[in-house]
Amino acid sequence: MKNPYRTQNIAFFFLFLATLLIMVPVGLIVAIIIQKGLPAINWQFLIDMPRQGMRAGGIFPAIIGTIYLVTGAIIFALPIGLLTAIYLSEYSKDNLLTRLIKLAIVNLAGVPSVVYGLFGLALFVVFFKFGTSILSGSLTLGIMIIPVIITTSREALESVPQSFREVSLSLGASKWQTIRHIVLPNAIPGILTGTILGLGRAAGETAPILFTVAAFYLPQLPSSIFDQAMALPYHLYVISTQVPNVDEKIRYGTAFVLLALVLFMNLVAIIIRYKFRKKKKW
Amino acid sequence: MVIKFNIENLNIWFGSIHALKQVSVGVQANEILSIIGPSNSGKTTFLRMLNRLNDLSQNFKMNGSVKLEQEDIRNIDTELLRKKVGMVFALPLPLPLSIFDNVAYGVRMHDRKNKKILGEIVEASLKEAYLWEEVKDRLNESAFKLSGGQQQRLCIARTLAIEPEVILFDEPCSGLDPISTAKVEDAMVKLKQKYTIVLVTNNVKQAARVGDRTAFFLNGELIELDKTDKMFTAPLDKRTDGYIRGKFG
Repeated sequence: MKNPYRTQNIAFFFLFLATLLIMVPVGLIVAIIIQKGLPAINWQFLIDMPRQGMRAGGIFPAIIGTIYLVTGAIIFALPIGLLTAIYLSEYSKDNLLTRLIKLAIVNLAGVPSVVYGLFGLALFVVFFKFGTSILSGSLTLGIMIIPVIITTSREALESVPQSFREVSLSLGASKWQTIRHIVLPNAIPGILTGTILGLGRAAGETAPILFTVAAFYLPQLPSSIFDQAMALPYHLYVISTQVPNVDEKIRYGTAFVLLALVLFMNLVAIIIRYKFRKKKKW
Repeated sequence: MVIKFNIENLNIWFGSIHALKQVSVGVQANEILSIIGPSNSGKTTFLRMLNRLNDLSQNFKMNGSVKLEQEDIRNIDTELLRKKVGMVFALPLPLPLSIFDNVAYGVRMHDRKNKKILGEIVEASLKEAYLWEEVKDRLNESAFKLSGGQQQRLCIARTLAIEPEVILFDEPCSGLDPISTAKVEDAMVKLKQKYTIVLVTNNVKQAARVGDRTAFFLNGELIELDKTDKMFTAPLDKRTDGYIRGKFG
């Protein structure tokens, strides 16, 4: 006779096993990086230039470079992504063309990042003649995260109840007034979350900046958006594979800083979302 | 007798669904016209035609004419039409704003008024909806803190604040307890001196209590339209009689 509890227990066991298999690598990565990287972290490491062929000193230019790139990417991607999301969710009619556009955007989010790198090289570096520069890198990263921002912003806009729009319109407000005063304020938490997730992704990617901005080593900080810059993910790649005899401590320290930066941004997203959710009134 | 809305041979489709069939109704100024009928009979579709909220639905199609004071409503600017024809929805739907801002919302959308005038409008509207005494000390609180009945009166005040000529009520008491219902009904009866009211209701007794005239819809058709007294004592159509007595629907 079949025992339903037994099959249930077997199912639970496999479900739990799968979850565990996911959690173990994540835990290990974080644990190893903290264990090996934390000892390298001190003020000098964070604010000093690299020395002795990057075998000593700090990683300040890479941190600064990543911050520049991420800021540039968001300045470019947020307005375009948000406006597109507003158009798609509030104005466009549901027809074949807009469905194709939405599908294309979702697919764009799945394009491998190295393809974005090549695209950035062809368009910004070569065609627009921006050269390998912060500008080219920011635009490439921006294009990479636009689909993320559009998708999350659209979800945020569409989660504002239709009844609010009807009430606002029924009081004689125009469509734009309704969007401006009712829809957008209530969609902000979702939009912010998407933006910061995009930021995290932009900060961590190596491939898109490889051909468009990243420098192996620079003796001074970038002084304009047409300069090359160092960046954390690429710096990590360089000191791990291209430069011999780099102390393990420095490599893991760099990984730790990158991880901390990305986790910090995600944490900010979570806090913002939590604050707005508490304020949400329906 | 002044005719406010004149609806002639109105047909409405949503995709392949024929929601209203050849409906002709004249709505008189300063009357309460109740519309009764079972669900899916086209009552709400009819109501949402009058302020063109149906236009928001995909696949909406219509023919026939709807005139507000002799002017086809499709020729009136939508925002202006909706300012003249206010609406109170089935569920209390405050906007996620404070009590004050809810009432002031429509006014602010139409033109910039200084704080003092705005405050006066809000106060007058809340008084007209019999809510002022209950909220005057907490105008800056979220509207969601009010009870359901208070929220619905807030929605009425919000509609009154834009000084409409016609108010459409779409089953305004369906979510309310009997005492709140009585308050909303009192408000409606007083409001008809200034406004024309079209009331869609699932509650036949409510139509009998407040309506001057009553229309009975069934399956998208207007079956009967008459003075409320006559309708409820001697309806002409058997189906009206059956519905009013609760035999179906």
